[in-house]
Amino acid sequence: MYTKLIFELSKEGRVGHVLPTPDVPEHDLNDFFPETMLRSQPANLPQVAENEVVRHFVNISLLNHHVDKAFYPLGSCTMKYNPKINERLASLPGFTALHPDQPENTTQGALELMYNLQEYLLEISGFSGITLQPAAGAHGELVGLLLIQKYHKMKKRTRSTILVPDSAHGTNPASARIAGFKKVVSIPSDSEGRVDMEILKSHVNEDVAAIMLTNPSTLGIFENQIVEIRALMDSVDALMYMDGANMNALFGIVRPGDLGFDVMHLNLHKSFSTPHGGGGPGSGPVAVNDKLKEFLPVPIVVKSTNGFSLKEDYPNSIGTVHSFAGNFGMYVRAFTYLTMLGKEGIPQIARHSIISANYLRKRLSAAYELGYNAPTMHEFVLSAEKQKKMGAKALDIAKRLLDYGVHPPTIYFPLIVKEAMMIEPTETESKEMLDFFVDAMLAINKEIEEDAESLHKAPFTTPVKRLDEAGAARNLDVNFFKN
Amino acid sequence: MAYLSNSEQDIKAMLDVIGVKDLDALIPNIADNLKFKGELSIPAAKSEFETDKLVSGLASKNHNFVSFLGGGSYDHYVPAAVEEIVSRPEFYTSYTPYQPEVSQGTLQAMYEFQSMICELNGMDVTNASMYEAGSALAEAILLAVSHTRMNKVLLPSTLNPRYKAVVQTYVENSEIELVEIAETGFIMDENDLEGKFTDDVAAVIVQHPNYYGFLENIENIVELNENKKALIIQVYDPISLGILKTPGGFGVDIAIAEGQVLGNPQNYGGPYVGLFSVTEKLVRKMPGRLAGITTDTEGKRGFVLTLQTREQHIRREKATSNICSNSGLLTISAGAYLSLLGKQGMERVAQLCVQKAHYLAERLSTIKGVSLASEAPFFKEFTIKLPINAAEVIKKSLHHNMFAGINLAKSGHPNHLLIAVTEKRTREELDLFVSVLADILK
Repeated sequence: MYTKLIFELSKEGRVGHVLPTPDVPEHDLNDFFPETMLRSQPANLPQVAENEVVRHFVNISLLNHHVDKAFYPLGSCTMKYNPKINERLASLPGFTALHPDQPENTTQGALELMYNLQEYLLEISGFSGITLQPAAGAHGELVGLLLIQKYHKMKKRTRSTILVPDSAHGTNPASARIAGFKKVVSIPSDSEGRVDMEILKSHVNEDVAAIMLTNPSTLGIFENQIVEIRALMDSVDALMYMDGANMNALFGIVRPGDLGFDVMHLNLHKSFSTPHGGGGPGSGPVAVNDKLKEFLPVPIVVKSTNGFSLKEDYPNSIGTVHSFAGNFGMYVRAFTYLTMLGKEGIPQIARHSIISANYLRKRLSAAYELGYNAPTMHEFVLSAEKQKKMGAKALDIAKRLLDYGVHPPTIYFPLIVKEAMMIEPTETESKEMLDFFVDAMLAINKEIEEDAESLHKAPFTTPVKRLDEAGAARNLDVNFFKN
Repeated sequence: MAYLSNSEQDIKAMLDVIGVKDLDALIPNIADNLKFKGELSIPAAKSEFETDKLVSGLASKNHNFVSFLGGGSYDHYVPAAVEEIVSRPEFYTSYTPYQPEVSQGTLQAMYEFQSMICELNGMDVTNASMYEAGSALAEAILLAVSHTRMNKVLLPSTLNPRYKAVVQTYVENSEIELVEIAETGFIMDENDLEGKFTDDVAAVIVQHPNYYGFLENIENIVELNENKKALIIQVYDPISLGILKTPGGFGVDIAIAEGQVLGNPQNYGGPYVGLFSVTEKLVRKMPGRLAGITTDTEGKRGFVLTLQTREQHIRREKATSNICSNSGLLTISAGAYLSLLGKQGMERVAQLCVQKAHYLAERLSTIKGVSLASEAPFFKEFTIKLPINAAEVIKKSLHHNMFAGINLAKSGHPNHLLIAVTEKRTREELDLFVSVLADILK
């Protein structure tokens, strides 16, 4: 296995990139700056030839699992295939070389693309206004919650409570706090994995600003009490936020705007095929209904007879959350994807992803317990309680899966299922890959039945074995130059 | 149909195993009246070739002129090797490295990125990214307020107005009070700063080089804080640190930057990458992901995400931030860029920017009615005073296929133009700028 750090390759005098020879007269830096403003010695960055830099990054890259290599069934992460045409088109100089302050008559193509993407996203989600600006899902949540703040503020009242089901992503409560809501109330789920209506009712009062729902929930279960929840929220003029992390299940089947939600974010890096990049960048457009439209962040792309422009003149806007118009590179990819799919392809995404998930669920239930028995959509949650009793936990199963060459599901989330394993196959995995995964999970169960102990040391074939995470936090080394 | 891996026969086989007839049988709990009926109003599916043609057509409607635009996004050269590295699917099609045994590539790259940024800016710890500089600055302010338990934040008018706007949105519903520090001669007004820098200040923001391109007196700010408890937050330009004194060297507490300049294209404003660095004492309060070194069960060196108890997926409403997805991939390009340019290259690229910017500033100042807005030192960006509105100059320079710079009218300086010069601008282009401007002002 490759084990070098870039710093360990460095040798005095090696050059990785040749810069131009100055074509203007060169002055001493002291002519321009007082000594106190200059660096006393150059940063001790690596000195490595280009070839060695490339080899270094190629070698470390090979230590990664990635979706172009094999299955990646992380629940609620929607690790679908990232089409290559997206990457080609997003790297066209006509897009990449644009400066955000260029005059609009020199960026008409970019603005047209953004405008059309806005229209497509509105049509898919069933809302009437949208901003593309947020750079990620959690950033979108923040925007949605700031819009909700503004809604109540315009009605001259303060609301400080946000209701969040206990199956929600951690970003929901965290975003509520960053948006200035003082109270986050967790609502338990009922026996069918839905919001417990009785408990919800007991928390609905004049201090509630909104409820944040993920639909389908992180259990993969469609929240079918939506009409009742809407009525409850209406009784105190509270709003309904939808976390769009699981939009893949709804494409063309259900539009959140039609369901009665007031605001939602979409994750272009989940359902809309833009890659995850090892953690980002993402893109989290926020769509709203008429109640919240006037508060959307600026600028907004508008169309007129003179072409497309970025309009900033919205007096009730919450302002901006990004220095520029958001992650444009992701817009190109999502627009390309939707253009390829077209109106007939979009519903097929949901259909295939739901059928694939239910196929896995059916086959895996032969050996694993289900977190919930209710019908599930594009993802589902298994519980490894049975396996734990035999001596191997969800963590051990996840680590053992690595030896089979597939990435494990999301584990220990949602928090409400013991030994949770949350599985989302997406529509881009073939039946053969799904079968391979099932066979691996069944084989692991057999291993547990025979010798659960043996799994505690898994994985056996990965570049490194189980890592000491507690030790990393105790003896913190996050900077080579300080260790 | 694009991107579906299964045929209708496969689907039929799977439905048979599940024991249902069709999709509807799998979603019985979605009431019929909640379902979307009819057809989406989106164009019909296109082939890859047709899509390529359509989207390429949009790209070609945009114009790429010789650019002197800056203000937070800069036209630096991106080496081919950076593009090649960042285009590896091992990096771009992987998820957040939650399973470290199969994510050592991403984790090691994060660790190297963190280390190189710290070596460049002289800070102790850098996280492996925020979305971009404006929101990173907002998060830095939230950190400072939570750390000092005070609410007043001094924000200079020499700060990039786009960053300021983002900060305002973030703090709108909090107790945080933003107090503006006025400017004199395009740098922070020191008297105003001294007057407002009371003991209850949580943070002082300073952009250096500032929005207008000029250097601020950071030493003075740090000195003023000697007997106070505020955190000093510097916004810097990573390229400038090839030659300029570092935030760590000045002794600031938090350093924020836009990392786009490190090997990432301008992309019409995003994706960018916020660089977030702190001193050791703040590490457990910082937002975002951190990769750290550890060992595996066989004693081999490896990397993991560390101090995760700060983060939302563990701490939920008590997390230091709500950030989850970040700009991970751009830390790979920044790491590759810093590795390629290395010790000499970073100094060299900074030198080229300085020399070319000063050459242009000097030549422009010879035009009648044109002068540098300040005598303060500047790095690669500077502001000039014009005898006419900057808007007119910008408009007319388009006829010469040139983006002359940023109009400072919104900052209250309608006759001032903000000009950025990177290492990519040739002498020919600089001379052309001079003659175009002379011509416009004739």
